Amino acid sequence: MEPDELLHELEESGLRGRGGAGFAMGKKASFLPKGSMDKYLCCNADESEPGAFKDRLLLQRNPHQLVEGILIGAAAAGANRAFIYIRGEYELQAEILDRAIREAYDKGYVGERILGSEHSISLVLHRGAGAYICGEETALPDSLEGKRGNPRLKPPFPANAGLYQGPTLINNVETLCNVPAIIENGAEWFKSVGTEKSTGTKIVSVSGNVRRPGNYEIELGMPSRDIVYGLAGGPPEGRRVKCWFPGGSSAPVLVEKDLDLSYDFETMAEAGSMLGSGSIIVVDDSQSIVSLALRLAEFYRHESCGKCTPCREGTNWTVKMLERVESGEATPADLDVMADVQTNIIGNCLCVLGDSMAMPVGSMIEKFRDEFEEHIEQARRRNGGLPLAAHGGRADEAVGSTAA
Amino acid sequence: MNDADDRGVPDIDRIPEGPAAPDRIGTGERMGDPATVPDPAEVEVPDDFREEIERLMALYPDRRSATIPALHAAQARYGWCSPEALRQVAAVMQVTPSYLSSVASFYDQLNEQPVGRRHVFVCTGVACHVVHAKRVYDAIAEEARVTGLEDTEVREFECLGACDMAPIASVDGRYIGPLDPSDAPEIVASIREGRTPLPGRGLEDSDYRLPWGGRA
Repeated sequence: MEPDELLHELEESGLRGRGGAGFAMGKKASFLPKGSMDKYLCCNADESEPGAFKDRLLLQRNPHQLVEGILIGAAAAGANRAFIYIRGEYELQAEILDRAIREAYDKGYVGERILGSEHSISLVLHRGAGAYICGEETALPDSLEGKRGNPRLKPPFPANAGLYQGPTLINNVETLCNVPAIIENGAEWFKSVGTEKSTGTKIVSVSGNVRRPGNYEIELGMPSRDIVYGLAGGPPEGRRVKCWFPGGSSAPVLVEKDLDLSYDFETMAEAGSMLGSGSIIVVDDSQSIVSLALRLAEFYRHESCGKCTPCREGTNWTVKMLERVESGEATPADLDVMADVQTNIIGNCLCVLGDSMAMPVGSMIEKFRDEFEEHIEQARRRNGGLPLAAHGGRADEAVGSTAA
Repeated sequence: MNDADDRGVPDIDRIPEGPAAPDRIGTGERMGDPATVPDPAEVEVPDDFREEIERLMALYPDRRSATIPALHAAQARYGWCSPEALRQVAAVMQVTPSYLSSVASFYDQLNEQPVGRRHVFVCTGVACHVVHAKRVYDAIAEEARVTGLEDTEVREFECLGACDMAPIASVDGRYIGPLDPSDAPEIVASIREGRTPLPGRGLEDSDYRLPWGGRA
């Protein structure tokens, strides 16, 4: 098949990016300019979203499928240099992938003039060194260029000025693993499963408080309850689902009744959350929402690259405020301040790392406010503090009694 | 005095010697002594180390792309990104040591302080958090402390990408799990004795199964 035909088939299939944003893969590939300059394809194997472990499985069990997907994707986009950016912690997977790449080179599927054709491509495996942000689409090129992984201002988008300022297509492992089957069986075949706008199957990583954690390949549009209870076995005996993240820790939490929703990109967005990378973390009713929010915020504080002020400061202050909630030094008014901090982060940074904390933390405060307030009250009493009502009932008047 | 150019935009006076004077930007003069690229003739680099870094640089269109792989290599050789290790890498790559330091300080796996040659990373990400990973970390850290385990870095780590095996730890890159605080003595003892901790419970073990029977 010619590159144009490949591109057409991918666009026709409706394959959406499996890394988190859900952008149409064929469309993204079509944004790369035509011409004979160096063009790059980066496979994003920096899977570091808490709750996501699907790419690890693909890399580990079927590395050749990924190599094939990269070669087809590169041919469609006209890329002549391909890189796989794998997170540094995946040592076993890097070893397996490295062997697969060498085999592909030895067979002549990769390299100069592939199988005697005019097409040449190089493929390099690049190991990261432990930074969540490097999975971000503009931080990845910076990291691959040998710098600190700071996101860049968009536009220009990587399709125009990405790696080495050249046209770059960046795709997630699972997205590229779908490509060989689409080209072999056709777009119609791929579209025959899933919903109209969320086509194909998706690997869902289910973890947390479930009896059968693991990766499950599902048809998009399946009821969420069937995934959490049917496939993963639901929470342990005697426990109930308190909340769940439908798309990794960056997704706003949903509650028990939302399990009746269909699991696809559109429905999750309509419910105020997102499908993201398709990583479901189930949290049962034995868990404290305050310590969950704190743990989540600590992660994003640690991983913030520090470039944009709202994210760097916002994640830090959110952790500090949650620590005060945890220790009982906060007042309910602090919850309003904290919710306000979250809204001030969203949309105000170069990338969405800050948003990824602000959205779930904001959703927890909104949906579990009673529990936050009860936690504050109980912690205050444990510390020998007066109940807030003793200050005349107005929460904000008690602020003076809290530690600064 | 401000003149306006032909578009009517006023020409702003600049302090000629100021820190942001245009002719100084990018020259390395702004912050005291300029950083210098080490002279290869003055830095002794083991031959095989030099060859390894040169091989890495040749993989990329721009040699600086080899920074992280080269620092990984330096760390594997010297245990950490010591000033001397950075000087050697800088001499081969022809960059400044401070540039390498700026990169090393950004990434969790690159250490600019000696931390021990063995590594125990206990995942305390959100998915591990809800299955009480902190207890596992506390047990391992406490066991390592009371038994005086040396040359080993025990730390909490952000999500390791194996939430199906939660709670998990990576011991020198080998993923083991699900763990219980009661596994701590065996993990620490096997590190001390140079054995593989918890055989059969590592992701790379051929017969590995999750407790419910599934594969990871």
